Amino acid sequence: MWNLFFAGGVVIGAFLASNFLMTPEPIEVAPALSEDLKQYGINDYSRLLPAQLFSWDTLFSLKGLIFFVIGGFLVGFGARYAGGCTSGHAIMGLSTLQWPSLLVTIMFMIGGIISANFIVPILLSL
Amino acid sequence: MKSNIDLNPQTLDRDQDFLIRSQNAQCINASRVDDTKPWYVNLRYMAAGVLFGIALVKSEVVSWFRIQEMFRLESFHMYGVIGVAVVVGIVSVFLIKKFNAKTIDGESIVFSKKRFIKGQLIGGFIFGTGWAITGACPGPLFAQMGMGFAVVGVTIVSAIAGTWVYGLLREKLP
Repeated sequence: MWNLFFAGGVVIGAFLASNFLMTPEPIEVAPALSEDLKQYGINDYSRLLPAQLFSWDTLFSLKGLIFFVIGGFLVGFGARYAGGCTSGHAIMGLSTLQWPSLLVTIMFMIGGIISANFIVPILLSL
Repeated sequence: MKSNIDLNPQTLDRDQDFLIRSQNAQCINASRVDDTKPWYVNLRYMAAGVLFGIALVKSEVVSWFRIQEMFRLESFHMYGVIGVAVVVGIVSVFLIKKFNAKTIDGESIVFSKKRFIKGQLIGGFIFGTGWAITGACPGPLFAQMGMGFAVVGVTIVSAIAGTWVYGLLREKLP
């Protein structure tokens, strides 16, 4: 029960922060990243997420299906299989000096590096 | 595989208890006294969630752009935030242990050793690939939705489906 309240709190906190605690300047990203994203038609840096990607229009395409449905599935399935996520392993696990968490965190990084460099570009070009 | 661990609460040790509960639920350290209290005591978890949500957004760790930078090794941002969080965690754990701090309800705080199985490495790899695609791990998914990206609701439903499928396949996975 408590976790539903906590998740609800995160939604509210993010709503408050993004509506009342943000500066109007666009987010600055690494030049190499924006250069690459331009090729795929992503050039809107007004929000923390690319609005051109995170829209209902994208959802009903192959790209959106993979980004939201498959992507979400991998996050949920992987987090349970790994026995924790970024907070559980990378932050709390390392804070309590547990070597399994270090190994799992390294696997997070390997998975993410392969995905961001080789899979995401393919998905963006769909 | 049926667990052959002794389930008698009198003799159940802490690490076994952690193992069993972590296999069956995400909340392995939930308070055991909440059930006896009125529903509104849960508002304190909501307050903690609000603070966490604000921190996630203001530190920009919920940003899909920042996640791409991290995994493309183009920016120090995410490593800095996570690194500071680890340092704060180490100090907090040290202080909690040193002063034997109790929870708000007076329950003692225990840190259980994590059990390691090889499958966690595969799970970690899968999680990493998903993290780079969605630009969010589980907590930030809720923050992305709170920021007004309603389509992330689909990702959340899908992530929950993923945890559920894991539950179905658990016995068959390495």
